Amino acid sequence: MSVPLIALFALALLPASVLAQGSAVDEIAKYRAALQDGNPAELWEARGEGLWKSPRGPKNVSLERCDLGLGPGVVKGAYAQLPKYFADADRVQDLETRLVFCMVTFQGFTDAEAKKGPFGGPGRKSDLEALVAYVAGQSRGVKMNVSQAHPREQEAYRLGEKMFYYRGGTHDFACATCHGDDGKRIRLQDLPNLSSTEGARKAYTTWPAYRVSQGELRTFQWRLNDCFRQQRFPELVYASDASIALTMFLARNANGAAFDAPAIKR
Amino acid sequence: MPDPMKIRATLVGDSTEVKTIISHEMETGQRKDGQGKIVPAWFIQTVTATYAGKTVLSAQWGPAVAKNPFLAFKFKGGAKGEKVQITWVDNRGEKRTDEAVIG
Repeated sequence: MSVPLIALFALALLPASVLAQGSAVDEIAKYRAALQDGNPAELWEARGEGLWKSPRGPKNVSLERCDLGLGPGVVKGAYAQLPKYFADADRVQDLETRLVFCMVTFQGFTDAEAKKGPFGGPGRKSDLEALVAYVAGQSRGVKMNVSQAHPREQEAYRLGEKMFYYRGGTHDFACATCHGDDGKRIRLQDLPNLSSTEGARKAYTTWPAYRVSQGELRTFQWRLNDCFRQQRFPELVYASDASIALTMFLARNANGAAFDAPAIKR
Repeated sequence: MPDPMKIRATLVGDSTEVKTIISHEMETGQRKDGQGKIVPAWFIQTVTATYAGKTVLSAQWGPAVAKNPFLAFKFKGGAKGEKVQITWVDNRGEKRTDEAVIG
């Protein structure tokens, strides 16, 4: 009898706004848990596996010769150590950029063909999103281990960090404006504090994700692209050095956490 | 050719639990595209599940069912190693059949 009374007393002390926020967050968490059992991301993973293994492009070869950083054709655990520096491309690459590189180098696509339709929509499926879903899914449970051994990797991290705190655009926003403190939110969605280790880990390890409201699987390139749009920044060019640098900053900050995607988000 | 569905079937006690994710646009016919034109309705109308030649589930669906729908159901019976088959047909007459081994 005394326990519910104490609980009631404690509740009475909280401001109404905190209560409202708490319950909405709980409801969203329940909603996510209910969806977890049937994550349609599996459909993208299955399609991506087919795309990875089947011969495609003018040269009619599969992507199984593609080195994602752990040796040609090794997919297991590859996403957890990206982005990294690749000597053959002389560039730091994230997964999407690497996939485009392999599609051009091995399969004979042009750069424009490989980058065509990076983000799917109603009636148009994106091959890249499917490939990313498959490769990322093969790192589930693997600890994030992004390298800073090469000078170019360090350079990318520094550039990404600078971009994260750089204020600009019509709204004078930086990534850090929304993602630099605890307890910020947009509408009812809590925003992760990406400047903290815990926040960066939780956020980075749950992308790519199936976005229920869009009915699409979204990659990290899409996530960054949409953040830029929301900040009214110039469009973030797909697979650009800027996008890779920001990915490097966030991925490296998530080091040590177990990767857990493709996830499902509202 | 429509994309395959994902089916998981597990024997729990004396019944079989089936969980399916179907890849489908499920357009309601109410949405408009960027040019203001109505996006034509395109949705699954019937779903049938069979086990050992017998229909164990038969459903009629409409446009209110979500994109890439998740379908879970149970039926009495089933045996490990046997197959469950699921078929859907949409309003364009496209169909897809996939099967899963009960584990």
